[in-house]
Amino acid sequence: MDTLVYLKNVVTLQLDQQKCSGCKMCINVCPHEVFGFKDKKAFIAIKDHCMECGACKINCPEGAINVKTGVGCAAGVINGLLKGTEPSCDCSSKGNCC
Amino acid sequence: MLKREYIIGELDTIVGKVPQVSTTWSNTDVWSTIKVRWSIGRMNYKVKQGLYAVGNPDKSSSIFVTANYKLSFDHIRLALKGIDAWMLVLDTKGINVWCAAGKGTFGTKELSYRIKAHGLEKLVDHKKVIVPQLGAVGVAAHEVKSKTGFTVMYGPVLAEDIKAYISSGYKVTAEMRKVRFTLMDRVKLIPVELSYGKYYLLLVPAVFFILAGLNPHGYSIDLAWENGSLSIIYLLVAYFSGCVLTPLFLPWIPFRSFSLKGLFTGWLTAGIIFYFLSRSTNIIEIISWFLMMGSISSFLSMNFTGTSTYTSLSGVQKEMKISLPAQIIAAGIGFITWIILRFL
Repeated sequence: MDTLVYLKNVVTLQLDQQKCSGCKMCINVCPHEVFGFKDKKAFIAIKDHCMECGACKINCPEGAINVKTGVGCAAGVINGLLKGTEPSCDCSSKGNCC
Repeated sequence: MLKREYIIGELDTIVGKVPQVSTTWSNTDVWSTIKVRWSIGRMNYKVKQGLYAVGNPDKSSSIFVTANYKLSFDHIRLALKGIDAWMLVLDTKGINVWCAAGKGTFGTKELSYRIKAHGLEKLVDHKKVIVPQLGAVGVAAHEVKSKTGFTVMYGPVLAEDIKAYISSGYKVTAEMRKVRFTLMDRVKLIPVELSYGKYYLLLVPAVFFILAGLNPHGYSIDLAWENGSLSIIYLLVAYFSGCVLTPLFLPWIPFRSFSLKGLFTGWLTAGIIFYFLSRSTNIIEIISWFLMMGSISSFLSMNFTGTSTYTSLSGVQKEMKISLPAQIIAAGIGFITWIILRFL
């Protein structure tokens, strides 16, 4: 029960190992131990654990990581549908959100 | 702005006066924490952004970065008890580190700005800031470095691990990096979930209560009391199922998708209710309630994806594509059937 796993095979995370410099920043920032490290390069070890937060992408100095980030939040998705925007938890005008 | 009783003094430093914070929680802090967990004043629970001192820090002391959501701020100062350190509080509009980082208010720009604005390069001689790991969603460490010369060190996810982090020589273990979702975490979130319904929680039962009085001969107050009260119980049970049962038993409920988990708990509770409480109810009426209770519980459980710590946007979109229309249609059919039954 240590790690909860959400839906399988939906995650958009991609790592271009050619660009990886082995700085391990992605490993440092990932909250779900998605990355492993082998032969001086990072690799995606458990893709289904990824929650698409994007911490690895923004902290990769080489731009080797790509992931479609956003809020994994149903209210955010509905919010986006209603406003015709991307899913967003930015409901500050209503005053109640995450 | 709240009464600032967590400020216990002021330090004279090379960059001016810096407020010194208490490392304990007062009764007010404890009481306010309980209130925000129930969503009372949660959107305006802020501290002033800026630089703070914990203990008597000097040029060699570490700088811990946090958000200006008071609950975030409170957890850091409590965790730093007995340690001399600086706290750099970013202006995140009173939003916690994780959510603010997602929105970008806890981010490269604000952090770089504050490092310069508060003269940190004069204040300390080490050029390092410790950012909570969950802030990494908004902060690009290499960009902060090139903008300010400061190295971003990602600290543990939880403030309670800060002491272990310091004593191990600023090493974050794999354990400290991991975000969990324990039973205790989920229990703490239930009040927020329960307060989600707000006035709908009064409005919807009231509508059912009133409509329950309808019959082929007109309107009956007695019927409203009799069937209306039952309807209210069913609705509240479905609400409880989606807001309490699903979060609480999350890992043990079958299915990965939250809407299916909610449908499961919703039907389970509906089954129990009708088996023990209302066995003589007309079968069509029971079906209409299964449709409505299942939809309500499923919808509310789906909403818990936002509070959970492991769902991805792609996953939520995938499950919602099917479940949201299904919930609306099922609840609609259930409701219409229930209304028609009033006149038969």
